[in-house]
Amino acid sequence: MEALDGNAIAGLLHDVFDAEMTSATGVCGSCGASRQVAELVVYVRAPGTVARCRSCGSVLIVVAEVRGIKCVDLSGLASLEPPTAASDVD
Amino acid sequence: MARAAVRGRLSWQIASVDAVAEETPRVRTIVLEVPAWLGHRAGQHLDVRLTAADGYRAERSYSIASAPDEPVAITVERLEDGEVSPYLTEELRVGDALELRGPVGGYFVWGPEDRSPLLLVAGGSGIVPLRAILRHRRRSGADVPVRLLYSSRSLEDVIYRAELDELADGVEVIQTLTREQPPGWTGYTRRVDAELLGEVAWPVDENPLAFVCGPTSFVETVADGLVGLGYPAVRVKTERFGPTGGR
Repeated sequence: MEALDGNAIAGLLHDVFDAEMTSATGVCGSCGASRQVAELVVYVRAPGTVARCRSCGSVLIVVAEVRGIKCVDLSGLASLEPPTAASDVD
Repeated sequence: MARAAVRGRLSWQIASVDAVAEETPRVRTIVLEVPAWLGHRAGQHLDVRLTAADGYRAERSYSIASAPDEPVAITVERLEDGEVSPYLTEELRVGDALELRGPVGGYFVWGPEDRSPLLLVAGGSGIVPLRAILRHRRRSGADVPVRLLYSSRSLEDVIYRAELDELADGVEVIQTLTREQPPGWTGYTRRVDAELLGEVAWPVDENPLAFVCGPTSFVETVADGLVGLGYPAVRVKTERFGPTGGR
């Protein structure tokens, strides 16, 4: 299965967070790498959607939908900083 | 007021098809009328959702092909085993309804306030968001110099061919046809690699901003190549797509 990137889940994340998240900055809880969500390695056809760290491969974000309810696991992230308001209309 | 509206929840809505245009035998542009469209930025995308009679749903994300001040359009490449693209490229007719949400994304976007020389690198239908950027640049009167490096398999596969041929005013188009070239072809004929990027890319000391869009392996090669040339990683914006990613 080919990996995409965080751009591919812009709509999904916007739906979950009610905000534009691809330009948010995520810090990997395993290796400390800091990257914008758009740059994460994303698999959209895993059981659920999985975003991994581009530096070390750790799982950072998992979104699974169960009976219409989206379950979001961010436990792989040390932090997730939204984009600054000034730079984004969203 | 407008800002409050933009902050509203992203919701699915019904658009209607205003026009369709065949770009290549496998690629079609669909112009949409979206009743509650709040405007978009060049490089953003939208999600399309198809619902089958039995309730099965398939969603795909497509780059917006038009400038912010133009009607919303997407350009879709037909994937033979796709769930969504065959319908969009073969079945959908003018006047049909289409369920979508957007715009989404805020990373792979460009606006005329950025004064850096632009390096745009596209593989195949990766040209779509870059076309929105090119149109936005022209329509906003921006004069930042642009180099577009576009890789296609053959001349027949070049999307927006006539439009690209007419680009001028500070836009340099460099094409490579990797599988088949017409007689007399004077452009490149090889895959984009570090060496080709070295010939085409703006020098690092001009502080260029790069947008790279294409299949995953293409984007990896280009992004690594640009960083190898000294481009800071933060100056290389990337967007990858694959069989499941749409565009």
